[in-house]
Amino acid sequence: MNGVQRFTPLQRLLHWVLAICILAMLFIGVGMVSSIEPKYLTLVSIHKPLGMAILVLALIRLVVRLRYGAPPLPADLPEPMKLAAHLSHYALYALMIALPLIGWGMLSAAAYPVKIWGGVTLPAILPQSDSLHTALWNAHFYLAFVFFALILMHVAAALFHALVRRDGVFDSMGPALTRE
Amino acid sequence: MAEARQQTARSVIGSFALIAGVVAFAAAAFAYTAGWFSPDRLTPHRLVDAFTPQGGEPPLGHRRNHAKGICFTGIFESNGAGSELSRAGAFAQGQYPVLGRFNLGTPNPNAPDATVRVRGIGLSISTPDGQEWRMALINPPFFAVSTPQAFYELLVASGSKDPNAMPTFAKANPEIAKFGEWAKSAPWTGSYAEERFNSLDAFVFTDNSGAEHAVRWSLLPAAQPLAVSPDELAKRGPDFLEQEITERIRGGPARWTMQVTVANPGDQTADPTQAWPQDRRTVDVGMLVVQQIEAEPDGPCRDINFDPTVLPSGIRTSDDPFPAARSAAYARSYDLRTSEAKDYPRTAPGASQ
Repeated sequence: MNGVQRFTPLQRLLHWVLAICILAMLFIGVGMVSSIEPKYLTLVSIHKPLGMAILVLALIRLVVRLRYGAPPLPADLPEPMKLAAHLSHYALYALMIALPLIGWGMLSAAAYPVKIWGGVTLPAILPQSDSLHTALWNAHFYLAFVFFALILMHVAAALFHALVRRDGVFDSMGPALTRE
Repeated sequence: MAEARQQTARSVIGSFALIAGVVAFAAAAFAYTAGWFSPDRLTPHRLVDAFTPQGGEPPLGHRRNHAKGICFTGIFESNGAGSELSRAGAFAQGQYPVLGRFNLGTPNPNAPDATVRVRGIGLSISTPDGQEWRMALINPPFFAVSTPQAFYELLVASGSKDPNAMPTFAKANPEIAKFGEWAKSAPWTGSYAEERFNSLDAFVFTDNSGAEHAVRWSLLPAAQPLAVSPDELAKRGPDFLEQEITERIRGGPARWTMQVTVANPGDQTADPTQAWPQDRRTVDVGMLVVQQIEAEPDGPCRDINFDPTVLPSGIRTSDDPFPAARSAAYARSYDLRTSEAKDYPRTAPGASQ
């Protein structure tokens, strides 16, 4: 593992903060839509600002990624795995940026005020429309499950690199900030 | 060497088992959170489905309850008196635009008006700070049941063909008797404009000093209520309420005083079947002025969800469990009806949203 290139500390920090936020977000999402209890309101009131936080962090992460790039995958990694790794990362980036935007657009199309922390209300990004609301609602719902499935694959692949291949790919994004 | 390779093979199998275990655990936790292992959980889906009795057709494209209604626009004239109770923008003296909907408490959008006991009003007050205060009030002075779970059971019992379903429900939820008494004895009126509408649920106002006040509120009609028997009302036609309010407001606005009732320390706020004693302090905070009526199919209230938890800063929910349940159920109803818009066509040319 000597000589393994790692993501920059900022990239690793963003990765793990987003990992926690997104997992929390997905669990809050499926929990809230299946509840009518007072916790429903608590969950919704976390879901919206957390979604906006994910959007901002994901955009920062995208910029940082474009600026600093990523360590190359191991040369001996089979081509199909390399392809899967690249495609799944495009999809993960797309979803962590798109899902909050779709959620925001869905609320806008339903004319709900999008209240986040401290009484701040975000502007509507789409006009009110029942058909737009329905399309975005479906997209938000089903893409969330796609996102969770992708994350499971991502975790499985990361552990495969860490435990089976031991090729340094896991360590390149590993949570330890000091070990270089 | 061979031994080392064997060990590696064994540890590889262990690694794959560990990976599979991690993924399976995460997927199971997700499914558990989503309620897939809890078929008895009262979800928004089940609550909303209960409005449609088994074998019945839901009112496609319409609200799943309070399905019959008519839109209005107007203003809320705040007199400033509410500012001592809440820092919400709507209580600062001034005039704020209002969008609303008069409605009947029925899942049938074609129910004859004289057959529906509960009348309601949905309101959205917008303030210049970009915030909205939405509410949905009804005309009974207290609610029928104490908990959302009991409300669900009431829907199931009243939709049941079992003749014992309602008596069994009433025995388990004695508070329903008081509501039944109200339904039987309270006078009917011939106009939405003569109805008093009540929040029933308790909310918490926060004033500028940060002090909190548990409150309920009502809209008191300026028009003198005139009792009319349901038999007499039935003769006025199936849609007399919509026709009457349209006619009335063509001749001039209708008004209601918004009156906030402040709980005494120790008054319960969790149970909307229990009205507070009559002597509680009230504050008249302003006037709702309804200026224009618009039919629902193309009206501005059609695709508005009068979710009572859309609240401005300075108002929050209390320990009353209903607003959360209503919010969850209204959202489900909204998602359904907006996806069924083709079953409730708009009528104006060019209205194709």
